[in-house]
Amino acid sequence: MYGLGILRGLGITLRHFVETYVEDIRAGLKHYGADEVFSMRQGAQAKGLFTVEYPEEKIAVPERFRYIPFLVVNDEDHPDAPGEPWCTSCGICAKVCPPQCIWIVRGSDPETGRPVPQPEAFTIDIDICMNCGYCAEYCPFDAIKMDHDYEIASYDRTTAHLYNFDKLARPLSYWQRIAPTRAEAERLEREAKEAAKAARAKGKQQGLDIVR
Amino acid sequence: MTETSPEPVPRSVLSDPTRFLQEKFTDAVRLDEREGYSGLIVDSDRLVEVAQSLRDDLGFTLLADASYVDYLEDGFFEMVYHVSSPHRVGPPMVFKAQTPRDEAALPSLIPVWPGADFQEREAWDLMGIRFEGHPDLRRIFMWEGFDGHPLRKDWREPYYEEEQKPFGSRWPEGHAGRAKDRIPYGMNVQYPGGFTLDGWRTEGEESLYEALDTPLTQEPGIHRIKTDELVVNLGPQHPSTHGVFRMVVTLDGETITRLKPVFGYLHRNHEKIGERNTYLQNMPYTDRLDYFNSMSNNLAYAITVEKMLGQEVSERAELIRVLMAELSRIQNHYAAIGFLLNDLGAFFTPVLYALKERELILDLFEAASGSRMMCNYMRFGGCAYDLPSQVGGPAIRPGDRERVLDTMTFIEDIVYERLPRATDEIDHLLSENEVLLTRLKGVGVLPPERAIAHSITGPVLRASGVPYDLRRMDPYSIYNELDFKVIIRENGDAYDRYLIRLDEVRESLRILEQVIPRLQATEGQDFWLGKRTYTIRVPQGEHYGHAENPKGELGFYLVSDGSANPYRYHVRAPSFINLSALEEMCVGHTVADIVVVLGSIDIVLGEVDR
Repeated sequence: MYGLGILRGLGITLRHFVETYVEDIRAGLKHYGADEVFSMRQGAQAKGLFTVEYPEEKIAVPERFRYIPFLVVNDEDHPDAPGEPWCTSCGICAKVCPPQCIWIVRGSDPETGRPVPQPEAFTIDIDICMNCGYCAEYCPFDAIKMDHDYEIASYDRTTAHLYNFDKLARPLSYWQRIAPTRAEAERLEREAKEAAKAARAKGKQQGLDIVR
Repeated sequence: MTETSPEPVPRSVLSDPTRFLQEKFTDAVRLDEREGYSGLIVDSDRLVEVAQSLRDDLGFTLLADASYVDYLEDGFFEMVYHVSSPHRVGPPMVFKAQTPRDEAALPSLIPVWPGADFQEREAWDLMGIRFEGHPDLRRIFMWEGFDGHPLRKDWREPYYEEEQKPFGSRWPEGHAGRAKDRIPYGMNVQYPGGFTLDGWRTEGEESLYEALDTPLTQEPGIHRIKTDELVVNLGPQHPSTHGVFRMVVTLDGETITRLKPVFGYLHRNHEKIGERNTYLQNMPYTDRLDYFNSMSNNLAYAITVEKMLGQEVSERAELIRVLMAELSRIQNHYAAIGFLLNDLGAFFTPVLYALKERELILDLFEAASGSRMMCNYMRFGGCAYDLPSQVGGPAIRPGDRERVLDTMTFIEDIVYERLPRATDEIDHLLSENEVLLTRLKGVGVLPPERAIAHSITGPVLRASGVPYDLRRMDPYSIYNELDFKVIIRENGDAYDRYLIRLDEVRESLRILEQVIPRLQATEGQDFWLGKRTYTIRVPQGEHYGHAENPKGELGFYLVSDGSANPYRYHVRAPSFINLSALEEMCVGHTVADIVVVLGSIDIVLGEVDR
């Protein structure tokens, strides 16, 4: 019969329509706003309507999510050097950056003029940043990370989109909060590296002792 | 039988095409003996003859790729042709033709392979090689008043900075400023000497309309009533053209008699950017080619560079890559079907059902790579990260809703249950729908021999009944260990191109069902072999690597001079070349069918215009 295919199709759209309300009831009529039903209706088993009511509710982004980079600095309660950046201005991020949006001025001691492992200026042109994440991936000091804050609309693109050091700096605790497992894994890796270095140094010392 | 058949060519010779050609054209071909190079160099005046022999004697009916290189120091341009055969498993056959830089001209290969049309126009536009005998040799990407040929090694853009990245000027004592300010408005164009915009007439535009005046040899439509000819511009800003794509159509009444696509509205000279970049820096740029399938693009680029590096890839990395590439194929085909229906006027119900499933796949991409579409996930030797333990992350901002979904369970759920169900649902929703049948059946028929002649690849070619799938014809990654069929359909019309996408989704799901247990078995193994370094030097030589992308054969032709940046980086974009059959498929149909045919080819302008 002509039109049977259309009717069958309409049946499917009707099912989708009904399923949305059935899901609502299954979620205890808490379709919007309740955390506990969110995994359910945004998961692989969800049926019916699928939308997230942005900006009232947002999907929490995964840990690897990458947006504009930020620079890791010590927390304010750090015992030795509060607020000190981890960046050593080695420049690997600037070299590896595909659109070349990172500018670094290497720091130098004002008295001796010799270079110090601190950036004097660090600027990212976020207009041309392509959010590839290479800077964070190839940084040997875990000093630059990709931020999760994607709501960065501004009124003036001519001045607001050139991020300087102050705008880029975020405390370590922020990174630990947005990417807990990654931050922990990096901490362990750093500690292992430190330990290996210490062991090597000790071994060298012992070797020297034996020679003596 | 009284007729004397010509001396049969022995099989052993046919199986070695290089030897066959060397014996047949002793004085016209020679082996390319440069270090790291392969294939044959053909004398330019006998190029057509050799090409004909390749096609007719050896069965290389499909011109996969026509690339072009500027050897500035040696003073010549080189056209590099890669030809393959739908009946021959293995890498494509390579032959080259050289022409001096100052008078660059080569015979056109359109008489042998009509699919050379756009690729030769591209070589003319970007490299300035003139093709004798090309019927419509106009610029293809750049505008008509453009000064020079940008892919020449001695061409420089008006805001030229440096030849190769990393740019020394930006580091370490860089002048921090907006990149946009370095290219002030109005200063980013250079005109030929003595050029003024006043009174300038777009010659290219006029020759475009002239090209439309010549009738096709094919008899268009049935004419009962004498009607006026009408030229209609479809696009570039029209929602059904899937981006900024323009078609100029000549109509007889409502019947299409000629059609010319116009490209370049999204052109950014991807290849020049690629030659400035280092090998690693190109990876995120490949995301922006076919932005629906960044995972597949990454894979194609990664296998090309890995081949040149001789880099091994671990089993787990291969499994993750296949998982991502096949999921990418599934979501691409869903989106293709959805948008095709949108073009037909079934506004947003099918496309939203399709996008709903796609969102879940993108959730996984996001969790694994950090981005939903611009994945930048693969590296030379593996993947950037292992699969994550969780899809979703911690709630930080106000309004954040946390999802707790175990990755492997999530993958199993979507592969074993959700996607098969969704595929069936799309099938039930659409396949038998009478309106859809009337609009798609018999529209845009592409016979197999024409499809091959036009260098069509991917689902469009297979819908015409040619079982050509690079996963089988030139296997890469671990596809030769996996059990799947190369689906073909016989009619080659828009309906078959719709159906074959559903078939391919089902085949991809079959592949994934084989991949998942192996992923579980390799949990915790290496996902990246080799050193994690940003300084990658590729040994001198050339390589053409290709992969079966959801839209067709995506190829990368790379030439390395041993430095950190590729000397030549050419992209063979499937949807660009698939458009060369657009005119043939549309002629004889009505205007409303153009969008159907275009939708059934499934193009992405990021890749077409590059």
